[in-house]
Amino acid sequence: MSFRIGVVTFPGSLDDRDAARAIELAGGIAVPLFHASDDLKEVQAVVLPGGFSYGDYLRCGAIARFAPIMNSIVTAANHGFPVLGICNGFQVLCESHLLPGALTRNSNLHFLCRDQKLKIENTNTMWTTGFKQGQEILIPLKNGEGSFQCDDETLNMLENEGRVIARYVDFDPNGSRNLIAGISNERGNVVGLMPHPEHAIESLTGPSTDGLTFFTSVLHQLVGR
Amino acid sequence: MALDTVKAATENPNTVQPFAELGLKEDEYARIKTILGRRPTSSELAMYSVMWSEHCSYKSSKVHLKQFGEKAVKSDALLVGIGENAGVVDIGQNYAITFKIESHNHPSFIEPYQGAATGVGGIVRDILTMGARPIAVMDPLRFGLADAPDTRRLLPGIVAGIGGYGNCLGLPNIGGEIVFDETYAGNPLVNALCVGVMKHEDIKLATAHGTGNLVVLFGAKTGGDGIGGVSVLASETFNAAKPTKRPSVQVGDPFAEKVLIECCLEIFKADLVIGIQDLGGAGLSCATSELASAGSGGMQINLEKVPLRDPSLSPEEILMSESQERMCAIVAPTKIKTFMAICKKWDVTATVIGEVTSGERLHITFNGELIVDVPPRTVAHDGPVYNRPIKKPDYVDKLAKSTFTVPLPTAPDEVKAAVLKLIASPNIADKSWVTSQYDKYVQGNTVLAQPEDSGLIRIDEQTHLGVAVSTDANARWSYLDPYEGAKLALAESCRNIATSGAKPLAVTNCLNFGSPEDPGVMWQFAETVRGLADACLELGLPITGGNVSFYNQTGDVAILPTPVIGVLGVIQDVRKRTPMGIPNAGLDLYLIGKYNGNLSGSEWAYLHGEIGNVSPVADLDMEKRLVNFLLDGQPIFESAHDVSNGGLAATLVESVLKNQIGARVELNDVANALFSETPGRVLVSIKDSATNEIVKLAGKYQIPIYKIGTTGGTDLEINLSVISIEELSKAHTETFPKLFG
Repeated sequence: MSFRIGVVTFPGSLDDRDAARAIELAGGIAVPLFHASDDLKEVQAVVLPGGFSYGDYLRCGAIARFAPIMNSIVTAANHGFPVLGICNGFQVLCESHLLPGALTRNSNLHFLCRDQKLKIENTNTMWTTGFKQGQEILIPLKNGEGSFQCDDETLNMLENEGRVIARYVDFDPNGSRNLIAGISNERGNVVGLMPHPEHAIESLTGPSTDGLTFFTSVLHQLVGR
Repeated sequence: MALDTVKAATENPNTVQPFAELGLKEDEYARIKTILGRRPTSSELAMYSVMWSEHCSYKSSKVHLKQFGEKAVKSDALLVGIGENAGVVDIGQNYAITFKIESHNHPSFIEPYQGAATGVGGIVRDILTMGARPIAVMDPLRFGLADAPDTRRLLPGIVAGIGGYGNCLGLPNIGGEIVFDETYAGNPLVNALCVGVMKHEDIKLATAHGTGNLVVLFGAKTGGDGIGGVSVLASETFNAAKPTKRPSVQVGDPFAEKVLIECCLEIFKADLVIGIQDLGGAGLSCATSELASAGSGGMQINLEKVPLRDPSLSPEEILMSESQERMCAIVAPTKIKTFMAICKKWDVTATVIGEVTSGERLHITFNGELIVDVPPRTVAHDGPVYNRPIKKPDYVDKLAKSTFTVPLPTAPDEVKAAVLKLIASPNIADKSWVTSQYDKYVQGNTVLAQPEDSGLIRIDEQTHLGVAVSTDANARWSYLDPYEGAKLALAESCRNIATSGAKPLAVTNCLNFGSPEDPGVMWQFAETVRGLADACLELGLPITGGNVSFYNQTGDVAILPTPVIGVLGVIQDVRKRTPMGIPNAGLDLYLIGKYNGNLSGSEWAYLHGEIGNVSPVADLDMEKRLVNFLLDGQPIFESAHDVSNGGLAATLVESVLKNQIGARVELNDVANALFSETPGRVLVSIKDSATNEIVKLAGKYQIPIYKIGTTGGTDLEINLSVISIEELSKAHTETFPKLFG
């Protein structure tokens, strides 16, 4: 059977249709969810896509956090519901306190779009089981505020608990602490990732097809439930 | 100040009015009085002044631009032609593409970030207005010398503005150009191109029909930004002695525009509008008069209903404001409820500000008092037309008769040093510092993007249909011979499209020039238009629209004549596109097309302070055959890259660096072969097994081909010169970070 994965559109979301394409290509059914409703439409997982929700006003993700749909997502996530936040979605997850830390302005202060090499550090989350431990992948990174920051205590916790799921390799694009590109919550159902796996799903339009594994991983995990 | 009503204007005919400060000439002011049979009210004066500005009325260029219509080829592909917000082209499978370039030169000089950002915003709204979803942008840019202090102010700001706005709209930026030349100091060129896609039945026009239908203003509220922007900025030469004009630059809010795009697309899908117009230059003055003028009759506007960000704005200011992210639609009363519901869903402010009337006048009232009563055509379409004096500048013949020499390398070490010098020069150097600030991935359909020869976007995921877009200009050739320069720019843009594997289909343009009041500049302009019209006719391509930017001049120094030509192409299967980079070792390298060794207008000459003497002459018959050769040969090309700026040297280096695969070539007359920019040439790589095929094609299309080498290794070897990929990469990529941090 095929699983329904929701993609939330906030005002200013940009990569929502791209996330939906990735879900479909991975074999799932993409279900559009609108920020103003708290209805999760019986989806079994959710992707918070990239973009500039609410124009990044105040702080990235700070306003999206208060959208009605987020109430439902936070509640569900606390019960183990799989959530992937990509780029702006990662920022929303941090603002919603589903993930610790914050994403700040890139260290060189420029928006940066590049094909970025990552090392997968944790293959036990809902979204990364399809990877091999230590696997290197190439996916696009594109953001202005992608520098992951947190206090030392949080950093130690993330590292000690193996919650860093991916790290930048060969090049430091934004000054993230410990080159962190993505993290998960304690249960491994909520993952935030700064680079864009939904843009590495076809060799025609992306630098690789490595990104697809995030989406096939969660679909396999849902089968196992 | 008391409201200047139509009644007051009739009663006080001799009130002194500031028409000159608003940019109107004395005879233009007199003409307004003749049209109205009285003096204009201050609101009418405001409207005429912005709509009759050079930027909106094309008053100096109209007499020349009509050639685009007169010489036009009959094209079945053209669904909407010149005159609407943007032209629309049929690409098959019921898809229509709309694309257009516009300039935002003057605002970007004053306020680089906002000027460039709102340039993107404006062209995107033009595309949206046609009923299309915007799918990509491109930005051809020109600056003064790369190491000039003002360039360091302008370039980072302009690039950040383009990125800041375009990235936030979710539009992939797929190409453009960056060229430095001292004549652009004080007059940077910021041209923005946008492409949009729709189904044939979704095409929308800017017209107001049907008495009783409602005029709805929606989007951002109206503020004091950009008041008189087009008349004050775009139609006047900068003068250092005058006070600062910063308040005339608009301020952009890309988030508001992104929401407006989604809102409009939902409105279009539900078929709720009769006509639609965006508010750009000249704001409400333009939108109301153009909608009414293109429609069936009159229009009544209640100006006090316009939602304001700044409640202190006067009616004149409301009419002139260029606040961004606003649209004006004509909606039937039966559909207004649904229209408003969609606006509410997207949190977009929408207000009914008037209605279409059965009369022939545009009436604007403010709290019940009539302040504008004009025939809309006289504002929007029947502005003044000038036949400006034209005189061929002396420099043209003087240069043509001159001889010029530039040092040429001969020994292997000299050749190596020369290649490294060329590829490190700002015009040829790697532009990733700029392009990495643009999102090229969003929407997930980008197949090729900068630095490829053209940007290529997938239109249909099932059928693999796609479009390619390229923009080109060689202003130095245009300076030597504007007629040939325009033809060569079009030829190059077509070649870029075909090099990527797409078939050229339609043309847009952005003509950037100095002051039209200078007869020499006007000659350059007239020759450019003649060249472009002739070339389009000869190549069988329709012009879908364009933009003219005059007054790019500081004092007596005009910019190089810079006609930026954009070509749209169609590719049936995007998976078959030809990339520029050499994909692997063991391939044969062929140079396609004849070369004549001329260095006039070349980058190599420019690096030695020379512009040359005569421009190459465009051989469009050959260019046409070359395009067909490239399209026919596409299945056997492993890579293909146009030879243009920087000559074969730049083409080779870029082809090698893309995938870091070396090459070895043998060239006769090595320096000229490397640095001449003889048009009509392409470098391709093929498998040895395709040799017979390429020879056959060359014969079929009568295109000379030369096998110049093979691919492989970790160096670029040119005769006895050996340059490692590492050395090439360092030289090519270091320049921009060094200049701009």
